[in-house]
Order: sequence, then C-alpha cells, then structure tokens
Amino acid sequence: MCQVGEDYGDPVPEGPPPPRPGRELRCVKCKDGLPVVVIRAGDAFCRDCFRAFYVHKFRAVLGKNRLIFPGEKVLLAWSGGPSSSSMVWQVLEGLSRDSAKRLRFVPGVVYVDEGAACGQSWENRAKTLAEVKLILRSFGFPWHIVALEEVFTLPPSVLRCSAQEPLGTEGTYKVAVDSFLQQQHTVGGSPSPTQQEEQLSQPCTQDPEDPAGPPPAAHIEALSRLFDSVKTLTAKEELLQTLRGHLLLHVARTHGYSKVMTGDSCTRLAIKLMTSLALGRGAFLAWDTGFSDERHGDVVVVRPMREHTLKEVAFYNRLFAVPSIFTPAIDTKAPEKASIHRLMEGFLLRLQAQFPSTVSTVYRTSEKLVKAPRDGCAAGPRCLLCMCSLDVDTADSATAFGAQTQDFSQTQPPTPLAEAGAAPMPCCSAEVGRAQKCCQSTLLCRREDSQVIEQLCYGCRVNMKDVPSLDSLPPYILAEAQFRSQRPSQDIQEYLVENSDEEVHTTGS
Amino acid sequence: MPAPQCSSCHAARAALRCPRSGQALCGACFCTAFEAEVLHTVQAGRLLPPGAVVAVGASGGKDSTVLAHVLRELAPRLGVSLRLVAVDEGIGGYRDAALAAVRRQAVLWDLPLTVVAYADLFGGWTMDAVARSTAGSGRSRACCTFCGVLRRRALEEGARLVGATHIVTGHNADDMAETVLMNFLRGDAGRLARGGGLGSRGEGGALPRCRPLQLASQKEVVLYAHFRRLDYFSEECVYAPEAFRGHARHLLKLLEAARPSAALDLVHSAERLALAPAARPPPPGACSRCGALASRALCQACALLDGLQRGRPRLAIGKGRDAEGPPGPPPPPPPPPPPPPPPPPPPPRDPGSAPGPAAAGECGAACEGRCAQASL
Repeated sequence: MCQVGEDYGDPVPEGPPPPRPGRELRCVKCKDGLPVVVIRAGDAFCRDCFRAFYVHKFRAVLGKNRLIFPGEKVLLAWSGGPSSSSMVWQVLEGLSRDSAKRLRFVPGVVYVDEGAACGQSWENRAKTLAEVKLILRSFGFPWHIVALEEVFTLPPSVLRCSAQEPLGTEGTYKVAVDSFLQQQHTVGGSPSPTQQEEQLSQPCTQDPEDPAGPPPAAHIEALSRLFDSVKTLTAKEELLQTLRGHLLLHVARTHGYSKVMTGDSCTRLAIKLMTSLALGRGAFLAWDTGFSDERHGDVVVVRPMREHTLKEVAFYNRLFAVPSIFTPAIDTKAPEKASIHRLMEGFLLRLQAQFPSTVSTVYRTSEKLVKAPRDGCAAGPRCLLCMCSLDVDTADSATAFGAQTQDFSQTQPPTPLAEAGAAPMPCCSAEVGRAQKCCQSTLLCRREDSQVIEQLCYGCRVNMKDVPSLDSLPPYILAEAQFRSQRPSQDIQEYLVENSDEEVHTTGS
Repeated sequence: MPAPQCSSCHAARAALRCPRSGQALCGACFCTAFEAEVLHTVQAGRLLPPGAVVAVGASGGKDSTVLAHVLRELAPRLGVSLRLVAVDEGIGGYRDAALAAVRRQAVLWDLPLTVVAYADLFGGWTMDAVARSTAGSGRSRACCTFCGVLRRRALEEGARLVGATHIVTGHNADDMAETVLMNFLRGDAGRLARGGGLGSRGEGGALPRCRPLQLASQKEVVLYAHFRRLDYFSEECVYAPEAFRGHARHLLKLLEAARPSAALDLVHSAERLALAPAARPPPPGACSRCGALASRALCQACALLDGLQRGRPRLAIGKGRDAEGPPGPPPPPPPPPPPPPPPPPPPPRDPGSAPGPAAAGECGAACEGRCAQASL
C-alpha cells in the first residue's frame, strides 16, 4: 500500500520484508527451503533439513554413549509401531553403503507376537504375521518372529543375571574402533563389508525363525488364562512388559546378540518415568528410562530413540514413507481411567498442551537419575521378575513399605484359619505383602505364593496383588522362585564366595 | 442388613471400612489403630526424643488438627510437651476464619498458642499484597511459591519464640505423593533429592522438622477427625485453584481410582529416588542477611522478599535465582504494593497442539485471575 506522506524523492530503503506468519516462512536451518514441518516450539524445517536433523539426533545418541562396539551383534526389537519402525529404518539407512560414516554393528530384527494376550484369534494373528513377514523380509536383516506363548518354554536361567561384562570405557571403545578400522584396511578394503552383507543376506532366504504354524494349543490356552485372571489393566500391562522383556532377553542370548535396541521415544519415556513413579519403582527409574539398561549383565538394552519426540517420529515416518504396521495392543480402546499407564499418558499429553515444555522437563529430570541405591547400601538379592535389586525395607520400619505390611487394628490374634491337617501357617508374617488380605479372606495364603512374593521388589509385589493365583505364571518363574528360596543354609553360607558363577552354571532346575 | 462386627474388638458394630485394608472396624478401634500407627512412625523413625518441646504447625485445617490431637494423646507416652504455633499469612476471608478455629482448639486442649503474622515478620508483606504484586506475571500464580517459603520461615520463628526443639507439620501421604509428582513435572531435581524422608534433621542451626502423619492417607485423616468429632476449618485457600499443585492433586485422585495404594506407592518411590550428585543442592550454609539455613548467599525467603521489594516478584523464582546487586536498604513497614511489572512477551505457542482456547496468561494480558477461556 502506498504510504501516506511518502516522499517519492527518497530511495526506497532496501531490506528484507518482515516475515508474515503463515506465509513466506523459511526453514530455520538453511533459511532457504519451504518448511514442511514445525517441531519443538515453533522451529520450521524444510524436508531435507528435517531429515538431517532427525538422522543426526539418532547418530549423536549412539555416538555420545559409545556403548555399541563395531562388529557387535545388535538385536532390534520391532513392534510394528511408529517409533520402532523408525528406529529400524534409521539402522537400515545407517548401514547402507552410501551413508556418511556408516554404522558398524551387525543388526537382527525380532518381532514378538502378543496376540494371545490381547485376546485375538489365531486367524487374525496369522493375517498380521503375514504382513509382518513381508516387511521383515524387506529390511534385509536376519529376522526372528517369536510368539509370546514361548514364555512357557523358557528356562529359569533367563532370570539369572550372568556375570557382568565390563562396560566399554573410553579407552576400550577407541581401541576397538581403531582395531576394526585397521582390520578393514589390512584385509584389503571392501571384503569385510561384503562379508557383512553376505552375513546379512543369507538368513533371509532360509527363514530361520519362521514358526510354521500356531504355537501349541496348551500354551495359547495357558497364556489366555493367565491374562484373563489378572484383575486390573495396570497389572496386565506390567506383566506383559515383564514377559516380553524376558522373551527378548532369551532370543538375544540364544542367538548371540549382546545388545537389544528398543524404540522408546522421548514422549514415551517421559510417560514411562511418571508411570514407574506411580507404580512404586522410584528406585529403578534410571534403569527403566535411561539410555542403557545393564541389569541382565551380558545383554544390554539400549534406547537410541530417546531424544526423538513422538511428533518428530510421526512426521518423519509420513514424509519418508517408513513401513509400519498396526497391531492392537492390550490397552487398545480401553477407557482412559482403566490403567495407570493410560492415565499418565492422558495427563502428560494434556499438560503438554498447556505447558509445552512438560515432556522435555520430565525427560531432562530423568537424565539426572543415577543407577545406584539411594544410600549406597550394598547390592542385595534381585527381584525375581524385574531383576533389579530389592528395594523393600524391614516390615516394621517407618516407611511406606512398613505402613502397608503392618496392621495395627489386630488387637487380638486372628482365629486360626481352618486348614486341612497342617498347623496354621504364619500367613500374617511381615514378609507377605498381602498380610491384611489373608486375615480376612477365606482363602489361604499359600506357601508357594508367599515364596514368590518374598522375592519381588515393591513394585512387582503391588502388581502381583492383582494376580489372584500365582500358579498360572509361566513355569520358569515358579521354578526359579523355588530354587532361590532353597538358599544354602547358614552353616555353609560363610564358605561360599559372594556372587560366584555357581548359580549361572547350574543346569536345568 | 445389620452392619458386620468390628474385626478388631469383635464387640461393637463396624462403622467404617479401613481405606487401606478394607477391614470393617468400629470407630474406637479405628482411632486406636491410627494412633498406634502414628506412635510407631514416631518411634521407629526416632522423630521426637523424650523431653523434646514440640512446636505443632497449626493451621486450623484437618491435618494439623488431627496431628495436634494425636500428639496430645501420645505426649505422655513419648515424654514430649506441645506448643501450638499458627501462622497468619494475611489472606483475607480465609486465614482469619481458620485462626478462629485454632483459637478454639487451643482453649479446648489447653495448649499454649502463639500466632506469628507475615505482616510483622516480613515488613508488611501479607499474602494478599504478594498476590497483587505477582498477578499477571506468569501463567499460573506464583504467590503459592511465596507462601510456602515464607510460611516455613514464619514457623521457624514462631518455634524459636516458644523455645521449641522440634517442629512437626501435618503433611499426610497424599501431600507427599503430590509433592513428588509436582517436583517431577517441574523438573525440580534439588527438591527431589532433598525430599523423601520423614523430615529433615535440621542442619545449620535450623530446627529439626518431621511429619508424623506422612504414612497416613488423607482418607484416614478425615475419618479420624470424624470419629473423634474434631472441630476444624475445612475450606480451601482462596488462591489454591491456581496453584500448580492442583494438577498433581487431580492426577493423584485419578491414580487412586485406578490403584488404591497409589499414594503410598508414590511415597515409596520418593523415598528411593537416587539423583546424581551434581543435581543435589549444595551443602547448606547460613543466609548472609538473616542467618537462617540457606543453600546460597541469601536464603529463599530473603531472596523472594528482595524481589518483592524491588517490584520484580519473579526474581527468585525460576532459573536466575541469585539476587542481583547489593541488597537494598531494610524495607520500612508497610510499603505500598508496587505496580505490577510489564508482562513478559507471550511464549510461542506449540503449533502442534490443536487450536483451542488460549491458556491463562498466554495472551500476555496482565489479568488478575485466569480468564474464562482457560482450558482447565
């Protein structure tokens, strides 16, 4: 518009016109391209800059932590969802010949079929599996499909922490990288990469882990029974995560993978942190949400997607056509108040809309957590299910645990519960997490149940309260509980060397 | 259908179901059990040694009323003597009514009562004045931050006045659960590192503080007050709806519906949090101005008051916590409330969120309260 009073004699001042919001906006990085996506608090990126930003974040997370050594076998846990698909895609691109500074590890992909836990019929599962196989083949890595029912055939050694491998320190990482590069040069340039590619391409044609048909009907039945008997969705989700974790660990150990990568994004980890807090797992937050989780000893779980928000993942997948597959999960279509996980998710995302820095604040707090018991007390026995050091106190301490196990209203001893023959068991003993329940219920608190409960951390105990009969747990858990409760007696305890490998090498049991 | 029998004394009819265990109990047995739990907490945690002079922070609300009543019952067994200390923050229409309740209680229980007022201690700054000063300078009211810090200082002063050796407050398990949720949501690693125990031992000359009701849930506290027919003031503070704690409280209510033990689970998590040494607050020294416990040169109370004096109420809240420049001259009582500072530029809206009503304060207007368009 002509300005009133403009003097046409003066030259028009040169300068960039002020940016009008909505149009003429340029990519904040290259200042050149037209932006296609806005992330964070208003940063507009063009397509190429966004891709570079995304890939750089992925590489930076891996490079900063220096945990994955060149040539190492890494198992990618793929659920079909957007984050894990994006992760697999990043690894695929990172390994390709033409990428700058290609990644140097040897990947494999695993997919866990959880249909039975979600109540799906075998027909639906088979359909999903067919689609899954198509995508898995297209990746080009060795792939494995395992059904959740396989937990019924797991050995109890899954629950034992094997001897710790020393974590790569600065020195050893550099040494390993240097020697790997040297190897490549001395063998004469490209033979190792092609060797690696051969390794990768071979198993695909053989389909090593292709389950021919449905798992045994007894196992499907047992799994459905287990999940149907769990009373709350919260406990179901936790149980599912636990069993899935054990299964992944087993697959990794069997096929020689020393690392497992999971696709947890920043948003998911913030939600997971708050959820773990509410579940009583405050002691283990650093393991549950940190970059690396070495509680199993030989297999380390790594989370390379932890700095990508879900929004970035979704946009990347859409812009660059990353294949993913939707499978209904255990909480699909569940109302928001059904489980603590759903509640936290809804709460955090709503709060995020009001205070845009919520997720990143929670995430940043998670980075300040350390993997150590609070008062530096020595590592004691480990939880049977989650394999973290037990965080329970003595029953009469002035703590939340003590408050839950003690019962001050019993001014008179409870009438002995009728029992077939045997003497009344001390079901109100302090170690049993549900002392208050046994006093009033007509069911007996069984010795086997209390055996398992004693060996669980606080969070797992609260979860198991919602599982009415611990008998329906897979046999490897019950066997390990049995084994652990028969600890060597006090007499020989003093002669045993602490943390020896004796337990690991016990066959079967 | 007649009520079941009390499962403890097997004599009276049950009057309630215990929130924690679901047991049917009569009123008397429930109260006895509650008192036994508090006694156990105090003894097992070694909170109040015999011979202690205990200042009870009495606000007139249910928690401090129950606390004072229970401690009065247990005082002979513990060998401690009690003093009531009430803090007058100067919130019109709320605090004066609450103080009336405290005065009635003091007469009823025959306990000495001391009232300390912000107006006297902090140079005329009542909470209403602080609220006027901080209005419109942020998304949610910052005056609750002031109130918390200043009240603790006031309690300390009151306790010293009566010659107390320990301070007790009536925080219950729900309060502690909300605190840990809130601190995580705000990213306050320092407070997370400090919290979790049953109280502080009182370093650097500050009186040791503890929370004997920490392991009792809010429902149990209310039930106890009901069965003992205690007279307390039950209205919410005028400024409470805008406090950030409201989000945490709402979340806790939801969590408890999904899992009844959520509050105690959160307390357990808080007890066991392990934060990196770098995130922990530095060992406390003494405030250069008033001599109280402080992590930096100025204690939080002095820093906040400094900010108020200079018309920059958000000076000591948020990232730049250190007061700038030399401390100003001591304030004359009572100063006129300074004009509200110009509102900061509105933060860029997250374009990813669906376009909807603007959250309070985001439009940058210096409004007294949240506008009608606020989404929550």
